[in-house]
Amino acid sequence: MSSSSYELGRDVRPSDLTFYYLLKGLAWGLVLLLLAMVGVIFALSWEALSHFGPGFFFDPSWDSWREQFGALTFIYGTLVTSLIALILAVPVSLAVALFLNELAPSWLARPLGFFVEMLAAIPSIVYGLWGLFVLAPFLRDHVQPPLGQYLGFLPLFQGPPMGVGMLAAGVILAIMIIPTIASISREVFRSVPATLREAALGLGATRWEMLRLAVLKASVSGIVGAVVLGLGRALGETMAVTMVIGNRPQIDWSLFESGQTMASILANQYAEADSSLHLSALTAVGFTLFVVSLAINSLARWIIWRMQRVN
Amino acid sequence: MELIAVKKLEAWFGVFQALKDINLSIQENEVVALIGPSGCGKSTFVRCLNRLHEEVPGARVAGEVWLDGRNIYAPGVDPVGVRRGVGMVFQKPNPFPGMSIYENVAVGLRLGGVSKRTVLDEKVEQALVRAALWGEVKEILKRPGTSLSGGQQQRLCIARALAVEPPVILMDEPTSALDPISTAKIEELIQELKTKVTVVIVTHNMQQAARVSDKTAFFLLGELVEYGATEEIFTRPAQEATERYITGRFG
Repeated sequence: MSSSSYELGRDVRPSDLTFYYLLKGLAWGLVLLLLAMVGVIFALSWEALSHFGPGFFFDPSWDSWREQFGALTFIYGTLVTSLIALILAVPVSLAVALFLNELAPSWLARPLGFFVEMLAAIPSIVYGLWGLFVLAPFLRDHVQPPLGQYLGFLPLFQGPPMGVGMLAAGVILAIMIIPTIASISREVFRSVPATLREAALGLGATRWEMLRLAVLKASVSGIVGAVVLGLGRALGETMAVTMVIGNRPQIDWSLFESGQTMASILANQYAEADSSLHLSALTAVGFTLFVVSLAINSLARWIIWRMQRVN
Repeated sequence: MELIAVKKLEAWFGVFQALKDINLSIQENEVVALIGPSGCGKSTFVRCLNRLHEEVPGARVAGEVWLDGRNIYAPGVDPVGVRRGVGMVFQKPNPFPGMSIYENVAVGLRLGGVSKRTVLDEKVEQALVRAALWGEVKEILKRPGTSLSGGQQQRLCIARALAVEPPVILMDEPTSALDPISTAKIEELIQELKTKVTVVIVTHNMQQAARVSDKTAFFLLGELVEYGATEEIFTRPAQEATERYITGRFG
């Protein structure tokens, strides 16, 4: 018998029974709500999906004049900005978590940890404004020129520095997901048993060797979980990205170029879509975003599950 | 020959004094059992022998511990270096997760800078043989250390401690989480080990102390009440407190 099933004995109080069915109803209600949302989005997307077929996902064009729509540009934009965000945010978050948990004295760790978590409380639109007025000009003047000068042989860093674009979106996303990854990683590190730390110290490990042997190795699956939650946030983040990405539906190798993500095209065009095919194509992009998020989350759960089974 | 000499050792957790003026000497290739009721300071004492006690926030140590002719509490001594030369086995088996059986044994050698495969292979095998685990794991060295049974894990931890060939191994209640058969194996192992190393073992089990040790130290409330040959302690204790403890009249 699984622990979730509740055997109703013979002498059940009516109030317990009511409570049981109330909770059961609420739990199932959530599942139904999710299914209903997916169903409705899929139904609304059907016009575009049936019109363009599977090619919708591989078509880079988005032309509301000729009514030719494809999601590839936005899938690309979402994946690339989220990838930049992870590359920047994961090492910083892990370093912050290790520092706060393992190295900082508690009089420093408490306030610092509080501030890191406060980053998660800043509204998305405020990040967007800051990104547009502070981050983008800073990238344009101080980051993109040297990147272009020294790493310009890579297609990633070519073209004129413009500030707004894929790079700015990736950086702002990185800042937004750091609190998520850092605070979950802190919990994961905290759950490493003291006996493992002592095992490492007892062998004559230095502090860093102890962290590597006992803390990081034992935390891998938890860290993957933290990263995926951060990734989930980055994939769906809309407002801040829309404000700094430049909003041009194009696929360009250069991170200095403008782009468009699945979330930002929705935010940009929902109000002005005048044909039903255009509206349906937008909904289909939303549906794609849902599927991509679901797939990445499932993949991560699978990775975590497999790693826990090995250990 | 004297291997460990403890002089006027005192230890604190914050303001609580866990050890008071401990003086004792341990000979080479001896098994010394530390007994006493919970909270008497015996665990703290072994953790002072490899400078692990000071890792607890707020913990403090005073006095001298001479190990192999060197005071490990002298100013300028690096605790990391001290710990490399002293093996330690803990209450609960604690192999490193995410590491194979082989890597768990090799980890101390790697920390010491050994990276040559042939040397590692040889020392890992030696350590596993000495820990009486080789026969059970030689075919599955690549499997995770955590996949072994509890008793095997504890012998793996003993192998991990033995791999760097320390002159002394500290054991902090090494069998309290194990079943009787695994416990018997570890006790047998301790007997074999003492031909080459000195073992200091904390135990709550008085039969175990009587079975495995040459000398026994009885701790009470942070003080060393009595220390002597195990047979003497268990048959003709000099102190009344010792007698009351070993006969189970308090504990």
